[in-house]
Amino acid sequence: MKIIAVCGMGIGTSVLLKMNAEKVLRQLGIEATVDATSVAIARESRDAQIILTTPDLVDQLQGLPSEIVPIEHFFDLEEITEKLSASLL
Amino acid sequence: MALPRPLSKYPALSSAFAENSIRLGAIALDREHAIEMAGELLVASGRSTPDYTLSMLEAVEENGPYIVIAPGIALAHGRPSEAVIEIGLSLVTLAEPVVFGNAANDPVRMVIGLCATDHSSHIDIMSELASFLGEAGSVNSVLNAVDSDQIRLLF
Repeated sequence: MKIIAVCGMGIGTSVLLKMNAEKVLRQLGIEATVDATSVAIARESRDAQIILTTPDLVDQLQGLPSEIVPIEHFFDLEEITEKLSASLL
Repeated sequence: MALPRPLSKYPALSSAFAENSIRLGAIALDREHAIEMAGELLVASGRSTPDYTLSMLEAVEENGPYIVIAPGIALAHGRPSEAVIEIGLSLVTLAEPVVFGNAANDPVRMVIGLCATDHSSHIDIMSELASFLGEAGSVNSVLNAVDSDQIRLLF
């Protein structure tokens, strides 16, 4: 399964989100790759099952086949666990 | 004066914060001012040029206040470019919290500046930053520090 973590440029926020999402996925025992990427690249991508991003960027990602999961607090593993579980389990 | 210290818990993080990259208790008038100060510290510590600070400001204008990644914490950065000399981090803690426009995580009490030369070589630093900020109590320790040496001892 492919998940993408999206921020404006794909080097800061999305990288932190990717790392914490990977931790959560390991704990949940779910096999998935998480790539960090920019909004511009994410808008061209069609192969991600889930897009993790910040609530600010959700509007810019509408219309893609992926499910969008907004995360508010990037270091709150509980929030990420809860939201990923709701989508994946 | 350098303090004697145990082995660094986060070696990538401690080398990313060059000398003069940390400023405590700064007074920021608004979001832009706070980001500018984080950029100026990257310049002062030899990691980027002033053009990079401008790109940090453009980024938040373009993409909005999502850079407030957790309650009270903003991660400000621009694109990798020739304005970046070397990978680096900077840190500004604010005397008075500043509203960035992020409903979930406002107001901001610390701004972390980041400059990277490409999309991959800063991954170790980001991984340590995620672990450090995820530790219980680390944010309060940063906010309560009285000088930058005290912050350096945290990582």
